[in-house]
Amino acid sequence: MSFEPRIVGFLCNWCSYTGADLAGTARMHYPPNVTSIRVMCSGRVDPAFILDAFRRGADGVLICGCHPGDCHYIEGNYKCMRRMPLTQLLLQQLGIDRNRMRLEWVSASEGGRFQEVITEFTEQIRALGPLKLHDYNFDPNAEEVHQHV
Amino acid sequence: MSKPKLAIYWASSCGGCDISILDIEEKILAVVDFFDLVFWPCAMDIKYDDVRAMEDKSITLTLFNGAIRTSENYELAELLRQKSVVLVAFGSCAGEGCIPALANFFNKDSILDYVYHKSPSLANGGGVEPQPEVQVPEGTITIPKFWNTVRSLDQVVEVDYYIPGCPPQSDQIVNAVMAVIDILQNNKPLPPKGTVLGATDKSCCDECPRERNIKKIKAFTRPFAKVTDPNLCLMEQGIVCLGPATRSGCGAKCVKAGMPCRGCYGLPSNINDQGAKMVSALASVIDSTDPEEIEQIINTIPDPLGTFYRFSMAGSLLRRVQV
Amino acid sequence: MATVKIKIDGQAIEVEEGSYVLGAAQSLGVEIPTLCYYPFMSPYAACRICVVEARNNKGWSKIVTACNYPAWDGLEIFTETPRVVNARRTNLEMLMANCAPVPLLEHYAAKFGVKEPRWGHGTYTCILCGLCVRICDEVVGAHALTFVNRGQDRDVSTPFDLDSEACILCGACAKYCPTGHIKMQDIEERVINHRELNLGPNAAITLPFRQAVPNVPYIVRENCIHYKTGGCMICEKVCPKDCIDYGDRAEFEEIEVGAVVLATGFDDFDPTPMKQYGYGRYPNVVSSIEFEKMNNAAGPTGGKICLENGEEPRRIAIIHCIGSRDENHHKYCSRVCCMYALKFSHLIMEKTKADVYQFYIDMRSFGKGYEEFYQRILDEGGNVIRGKGAEVAPASQSQEAEGAMIVRCEDTMIGKYREVPVDMIVLCTALEARADAKDMARRFNISTGADGWFIESHPKLAPVSTSTEGIFLAGVCQGAKDIPDSVAQGSAAAAQVMRLLCQGEVLMDATYAEVQDELCSGCKICNDMCPYHAIDFDPEKKISHINSALCKACGTCVAACPSGAIKGRHFTDEQIYAQIEGILS
Repeated sequence: MSFEPRIVGFLCNWCSYTGADLAGTARMHYPPNVTSIRVMCSGRVDPAFILDAFRRGADGVLICGCHPGDCHYIEGNYKCMRRMPLTQLLLQQLGIDRNRMRLEWVSASEGGRFQEVITEFTEQIRALGPLKLHDYNFDPNAEEVHQHV
Repeated sequence: MSKPKLAIYWASSCGGCDISILDIEEKILAVVDFFDLVFWPCAMDIKYDDVRAMEDKSITLTLFNGAIRTSENYELAELLRQKSVVLVAFGSCAGEGCIPALANFFNKDSILDYVYHKSPSLANGGGVEPQPEVQVPEGTITIPKFWNTVRSLDQVVEVDYYIPGCPPQSDQIVNAVMAVIDILQNNKPLPPKGTVLGATDKSCCDECPRERNIKKIKAFTRPFAKVTDPNLCLMEQGIVCLGPATRSGCGAKCVKAGMPCRGCYGLPSNINDQGAKMVSALASVIDSTDPEEIEQIINTIPDPLGTFYRFSMAGSLLRRVQV
Repeated sequence: MATVKIKIDGQAIEVEEGSYVLGAAQSLGVEIPTLCYYPFMSPYAACRICVVEARNNKGWSKIVTACNYPAWDGLEIFTETPRVVNARRTNLEMLMANCAPVPLLEHYAAKFGVKEPRWGHGTYTCILCGLCVRICDEVVGAHALTFVNRGQDRDVSTPFDLDSEACILCGACAKYCPTGHIKMQDIEERVINHRELNLGPNAAITLPFRQAVPNVPYIVRENCIHYKTGGCMICEKVCPKDCIDYGDRAEFEEIEVGAVVLATGFDDFDPTPMKQYGYGRYPNVVSSIEFEKMNNAAGPTGGKICLENGEEPRRIAIIHCIGSRDENHHKYCSRVCCMYALKFSHLIMEKTKADVYQFYIDMRSFGKGYEEFYQRILDEGGNVIRGKGAEVAPASQSQEAEGAMIVRCEDTMIGKYREVPVDMIVLCTALEARADAKDMARRFNISTGADGWFIESHPKLAPVSTSTEGIFLAGVCQGAKDIPDSVAQGSAAAAQVMRLLCQGEVLMDATYAEVQDELCSGCKICNDMCPYHAIDFDPEKKISHINSALCKACGTCVAACPSGAIKGRHFTDEQIYAQIEGILS
């Protein structure tokens, strides 16, 4: 069976979520791998959400917000723009490819762009393969625990 | 009526927690007066078999410090859980991994390889590696097995309470132990499971005397690289201080002494990842809207992972680095 | 100050000692003719037309100039004695002897019955009344003019007869010169210059525009003499209602309001950078708003459509979408240009015999009756060419007979490149957001789009409200629209305001962030997060606090709070983690 990535998307209510709606009402086709969570603003996305998604088995995390300068909340997306590179840096240090997380700007009128972003990101995650968290849960009987040197 | 029994154990730790217990000074007399101290490897001679011989739940209170790094640590964690009514994860190591859990940035093989073959201060001419089992004429001798990942205590056994800190501050230990004595003496109900003792729900900033203003950061710097204003919030001066995402209770000793908070008291109860919250908070106050400049400012943070997860790697959302 | 009693033509009056007789006479309604006297300049007694006879009770009498003769106790003034009449006539005749027959002197000659001046007429026009010198000195404050030479050579001029640097070209000397000796030459001789079709006011006191509400004139500082020299203030002196007060200063007034409607309009796109259209280079390339001004019956040309040389144009091009629907400038459609361009066609064909050519990308006659109007223009003979005007260039010799310039375009209807010779070109410039729209948006805590227009709450469901409760939008500030749409939106905004104000109590959205006091330790990281200034710091409790009425629930502070003390209602951490878990389970 081919690998179907599981991707969590955080979409801002005003631009990207509406853009996704537009893609839907326009009957655009894109891979079903991204499941979206609506937040009011991309500025609401806490880096802890992203780590939690990876911890729970997400292969990729996509964050979409309004284009810079277009934020419904004036500058929430700038806060997101500052947090995400640092989060990516952290992910890279945590041994998770930084490309598994992406920040994109999709406006309410960009249904087509939403389609492109989803398609492209899904393909990118597919190419990266599944994210298998190594030695996450404690299992006293696991071979790794008992095997020595 | 026999006295309630007290056990203190050190797993993978530095011993600082035990010293901190001794630092409660004359209050230690009240402790031994109230408790029958049955197990404290650091201070008294006792064998594991003596513990094994005890009845289940016969130890009233166990203060368990140290992370779970080896099979021995795990074995004792299970044993003490079995014998104790109340098991307290004592100190940062037991609570969230602490400094030992920085080893989670690497894996077992690379650690052993470095320690026994590559370390510049090493004199290991034969390239000897420790073996879990060695046959000698007298028979088989074993040493504990070294695990790939450092765990916090609650990842391997059920934990009742936590006392945070690296080490827990003596006055907080006094408060916590006295509270336990009070509960036992007067038959009061125990606090709900998972309660953090000897600390508050607020963050370190609550106890920090420094003046705080609106924060706008253009560059981060390390504490030694800058003469800081002793009265002003260190973060405003571009120094990464984990105070805002660290539980208070320590009395903000480090920041009062001019050093930033490293986060040893662990995360406050309302967040789930100290590092991620610090990332969010610090990045939020970066003073730029230009992606390139933001990147530059971020790059001035020395070793984000090591800085933000210095004490909490094992207990963090992702627990270890994928290597 | 002491007062004295005097009599003028038998009427008694009490006046300040030393005040001039002329003023007393005027307040009694006694007419004394004057020539070189104005109430806002010092009396100079140069013309000596205002002479009267002064007497005391001891039989002393003397002819004096009323404008500068001071009153003293017991003074009696007679204004129409034969001696006075004779003196005035003689004085006038002496003025005439030096001066060519000018209307002012002719007027007095008729009044005083001088049929043929005894010493004939002079040829010069200056009567040395000194009005120009005094107004420049005392009123304008520029001190550019003075009397020069003496005796017969006495004249008025600038120092050394050179062009004066002190002159501010206010024109006051020319305006007050009674004989027309001083002229503002340029004004008389110039032809209409299209560059002067500027939209700003030309006078120092003007109305913002003819339909302005309130319809009250104001002083344009850039044009006002007072703001150049500190002098003048004639308007303040002559206003009968004392409405003008130069001592007034701008002051801030705080007005408590329940709602605000932003209707800040737009800026006109400056076509100068689009060099291909020659705006600013060719004299007869004008912007649409300049053309509109030319069409205005009260405008600089009196509503006459003319070229810079004053002639009527023979062929006019109207080029659409200048700066609109243009990747390099504004991508959006300005929505009003097609229709006003068609109106221009109609006006041009009505007022002149010129042929009109519209160069358009698409004819967007979408409104009620608009398509019919488009058809009417076609029926009236207006030419339309589908193809954006690409370039304006000087006409070649063979084309010059038809027009001085050519518009190059691709006529997409016939699929051919065309060059259309014309005399005049009207550029339909884009509507663009006000230059300070972002500042304005920041002030009112609303947002602007990438184009700079203010963003409404919801493009379909809340088109006049904004993300800030109580701030509403009307008109072009929200996006390009025509007058009917602006009026409709304005009415809607007014209705929204009424709805809000009539409620008394306001329902707030339940989605907002709040600080959990017991968890906040006052690190102040959130304090700068809020674009709505909803977060403040409580210095007593040393914790941050969120004003839920100001909070718009974006959640930025919730994500930023390092100790998890801020809770975003309806988007709590728990809810989001549950969603993540749900997705990935």
